[in-house]
Parts: sequence; C-alpha cells; structure tokens
Amino acid sequence: MALPTYEEVIAKWDPVLGLEVHVELNTQSKMFCSCATEFGAAPNTQTCPVCLALPGALPVVNEKAIESTILIGLALNCKIAPYSRFARKNYFYPDMPKNFQISQYDEPICFDGYVDVEIETEEGAKQFRIEIERVHMEEDTGKSLHVGGATGRIHGADYSLLDYNRAGIPLVEIVTKIVPGTGKYAPEVAKAYVAELRDILRGLKVSDVKMEQGSLRCDANVSLKPIGSDVLGTRSETKNVNSLRSVERAIRGEMIRHAELLNDGKKVKQETRHFQEDTGLTRSGRSKEQAEDYRYFPDPDLVPVTPAASWIEELRASLPERPSLRRKRLKEEWNVPDKEMAAMINADVLDIVEATVLMGADPTKARTWWLGEISRIANEKELPIAELAITPAHVAELVELVAKGELTDKLARQVVEGVVAGEGTPSEVVAKRGIKVVNDDGALMAAIEKVCAEQAETAEKVRGGHLPAAGALIGAVMKETKGQADAARVRELLLGHLGH
Amino acid sequence: MSSLSRDDVAKLAGLARIEMTEAELVELSSQFGLILDAVARVQEMDLSGVKATSHPQPLENVARPDVVHPSLSPEDALSGAPAQEDSRFRVPQILGEAE
Repeated sequence: MALPTYEEVIAKWDPVLGLEVHVELNTQSKMFCSCATEFGAAPNTQTCPVCLALPGALPVVNEKAIESTILIGLALNCKIAPYSRFARKNYFYPDMPKNFQISQYDEPICFDGYVDVEIETEEGAKQFRIEIERVHMEEDTGKSLHVGGATGRIHGADYSLLDYNRAGIPLVEIVTKIVPGTGKYAPEVAKAYVAELRDILRGLKVSDVKMEQGSLRCDANVSLKPIGSDVLGTRSETKNVNSLRSVERAIRGEMIRHAELLNDGKKVKQETRHFQEDTGLTRSGRSKEQAEDYRYFPDPDLVPVTPAASWIEELRASLPERPSLRRKRLKEEWNVPDKEMAAMINADVLDIVEATVLMGADPTKARTWWLGEISRIANEKELPIAELAITPAHVAELVELVAKGELTDKLARQVVEGVVAGEGTPSEVVAKRGIKVVNDDGALMAAIEKVCAEQAETAEKVRGGHLPAAGALIGAVMKETKGQADAARVRELLLGHLGH
Repeated sequence: MSSLSRDDVAKLAGLARIEMTEAELVELSSQFGLILDAVARVQEMDLSGVKATSHPQPLENVARPDVVHPSLSPEDALSGAPAQEDSRFRVPQILGEAE
C-alpha cells in the first residue's frame, strides 16, 4: 500500500508530541572533574581518574554547571527544587566507563515550567504553550566509533573504539510533558520549540547550542491517536535529530510512517528510531517493548544540592531579555512587516541583522542584504549563513558605501561576492576590483543621448509628458554603463535632457 | 518473612551482568530475604519528618569552581586498557546481531 500523504494523515489522525532536548553546557571543565571540555580535541586527551572511572576516584560537582542549570530552569518558567540529588543510572555500555551515568531521577533540580512558541499558520500567527516536565543535570557520554561491518553502524560492527573526552561534560536534559493539540502544525511547533529553546539558551550564554556539533540534541517522541479520541497511541522515539529542519522532517516522517501502519490495521512498535539526514526517514533501533530497568539509586559519592532561595532570586534577576520579547521589540524598532520578520526568524538571521544595525546600518537595508543576496549565496553554497566570510561589519560598511553613492545596489552585489570569496572588506574589494560608480556626467550624458537616439519613440513619449516611460530608458542607460551608474542621477539627467 | 524468588534473583543477576549457577541463585534468594527482613524493621518506625539519607555525612552543596586542571596524557589514560587502537579504548562488539 502506498504511503499516505501528509494531508491524508492529518485528516484522520491527531499527533501527540514529546520532546527531550539535551544541551551540553559550555563550562570550561567537566561536570564532576576538572578536565577540559574543548570540542574536537585529540582522542582521550581530556580524561582523568574521575571521568575514566578509575577505582577510588571521587566526583565533585561543578558549581557553574549548577548555576547554568538553574538559569535554564528559570528561563523556562520552572520551579527550582530546594533539595535535589544525583542518581546513578546503571547500564552496561562502554560509552560510560563507570557502567553508570550520573543523572537525576525523581528529584530533578527544575520542574513544572513552560515555553510559549509562535508559528505562522494559514490563519495568521498562532501561539502554542509547551509545558516542561523537568530540567535535570547529568553527564555526557563518551564517543564510540564502530569498526567493521556496515560502516559506522553499531549493528554488525566487529569492535568499537572509545574516546572519553566527552564523557563527563555537563549535560542538561529538558523534557516536555506530552504536547497535544498541535494537529497538522505538529512538525512546525516542534521545530519552533527547539528554535526557541536554542535562542533562550544562547541568550543565557550557557551553551554553544550548535546542533551540528551535538551541543544541542533533540529526541522526538511521536504518537498518533484518532481525531477526537482520548486514548494515546504507541509512541516511537526518534534520536539523532541534529538540525532544526530535521526536527520538522523527522516528526512529519514519523507521522506518515505511523499512519501507514495504523491504516493497515498494524501496530506501531514502541522503539527507538534513528533519523537519517540523507533520506529524512528513520530506521529501527533498540526495541523498548521491555521497560528498561536502570536500577536508579541516589549516588552515594555526591551530596544533595540545596540552592539558597536568595541565590535563585539573584539568578532570576539576572535573566536576559526573553527571545520572544526581543523579537517583538526589534520588530517594532525596525518597523518590520510580519512576513519579513517571519522570514528573518526562519532564515536565522535575526542576530546577524541586529549586529549589523548596531554597527550603524539602516535596519531595512541590513535586513535586505542578509535575507536577499547573502542568503542566496549561502543557499547556493549550501552553507549556514554564519559560516560565510561576510560579517555584520562588512554589511554595515557596504550599506554606508551605497548610501554615500559610492556604490550602486548592483555594484554592491559584486562587492558582496568579493567579500564572500575572501577578498577582504568591502572597501578592499572595491579597490582591488576597481569597482566604481560612473559619476562623470559627461559619460552619462553620452549614454543617455545614445539611448534616446536608439529609442526615439519612447524618448518622444517622455518629452511629451508620459513620465512612466522613462523607466525603460533608465534601464537601457544602466545597461549601457554596465550598472556602474547611479540610477537616481541617470534619471535626473535623462529627464533634464528631455525637457523636464 | 519477605523473600525474593529464584527468578527475581536471576533477573537482578542479569541486570548486573553477573553470571550465577543454579545453586547460587537458590542460595541467594533466601539470603536476600533475610536482608530485606532486616531492612523492613526500619519501616516499622515513624519516620515522617526524617529525610532520606544518601550520604553518611550531613553535607550539602559540595562543589568546586569551574577551573580546568591538567588531564592525564593519553598514554597514561590508556595504560590500563586491555586493548587500544588509535589512542582509543578498544572494546568488543557491543550489540549482538539479533538486537
């Protein structure tokens, strides 16, 4: 039977989501020992007796990690537990050399919060509240490299190689309550939630929040129930979802997969699935039919965390502006239409546009460059916009050069191309490429006379008072001067030439 | 008297990855029963208002500043490893084909 289309799925089924997001904190040292946390270091150069689980080594909590976790909880409108403990999650898998991971079980440090997200729908902007069940502290695991068998896959591997540099890096897990009622917008809501979390965490400066480096990772739980039913369906948990776009794709894909099974009268298996970036599909992982038994118990090597109420209030007072409020403020300050604002958020250029504006650029001009030409180049190169060689300072300079009449928009696009190619700042590119506006009225007049002679009929119309016809002539003059002329000056001279 | 069945002990042994003989499973199930009975006596007392203890010392908030100290060299880190390759710990295949 053919896969149902997304429209067929949502006509019959109501999705229920649950999202678990893991965030690596950006502390200098690990959660329970003083090893460095640098990304990409040579294998096993950031380990010690504690994170290698050598006998007798004792963990000590990183106070910055506690502070960061409380900040996250506060930013997500959570309550902060006056008393919480660490627990051992026992399992046998070599990504943790201790045979357990230090986590939190029934006493998470933050609980009962919410995040509001807004998405664009056919009926206009719509807000959804995502309730947060808990925010707890734990440690990240080591990295496994599976050798032999199918490349890089655990199934059929001959053996595995372990690098424990990442083992023990502070990790915060943010778990939502079940999210019902998103209907056909489920994939967009999930994406907006992860984007909002990322923006909040970035604002708090507690994590690098780089999904592509794994410092922000999302597991998406999806189930379907018949529309109108109160009975939850069986869920699947998709791991490996490492970009915002993938969050959306993974959930959409799982909704279609579940619906296909259910439409055929089959059952959805409760299992872990792995998202595959290339196909957008998930493949089966561990089956979860047997409830896992991690034999959690309080870690006897660690003492309770009891943050003072005064400290919590101090941290609350230090919270930065909430991203949703910031967006609202910027929208008003810059006078941006809804659609353009949504486009900026979607293209993830808000920070970069703000930085450009702070360097003195006009907000509309700054936005146009980043959303237009520069986004186009980023798409073409299939790179995130932040990885292009062009910076907010470059764009601010570019906007200024155009405003001073030293560049036309068309020439400025050539300059952008040069900056992206690594030829230097806009002024350097202008100098190197010899780009300049034709300011020589004599040269412009020659072009104008030539064009008016070639298009005598149109020129006559303009002379007779039909001004809209001047556009075609101006265009031809710009073409004649290879875009190096200032269109406004051309217009002025042309109209003068034709008796206006 | 509380007791654990032989199957309970077998399950626990499985979770803890400890291989046990049939005789050991039977022997331990009665020993576990004795231990549970001893601990159960605590439940007879009124402990409302007593916080659960997870650490022998009445300590809270023991933490360290976020400062990096030098790590082991990879050679030292790997010196006790039964097998290694490319500066990484080499471990046997993790999951069977079936799983």
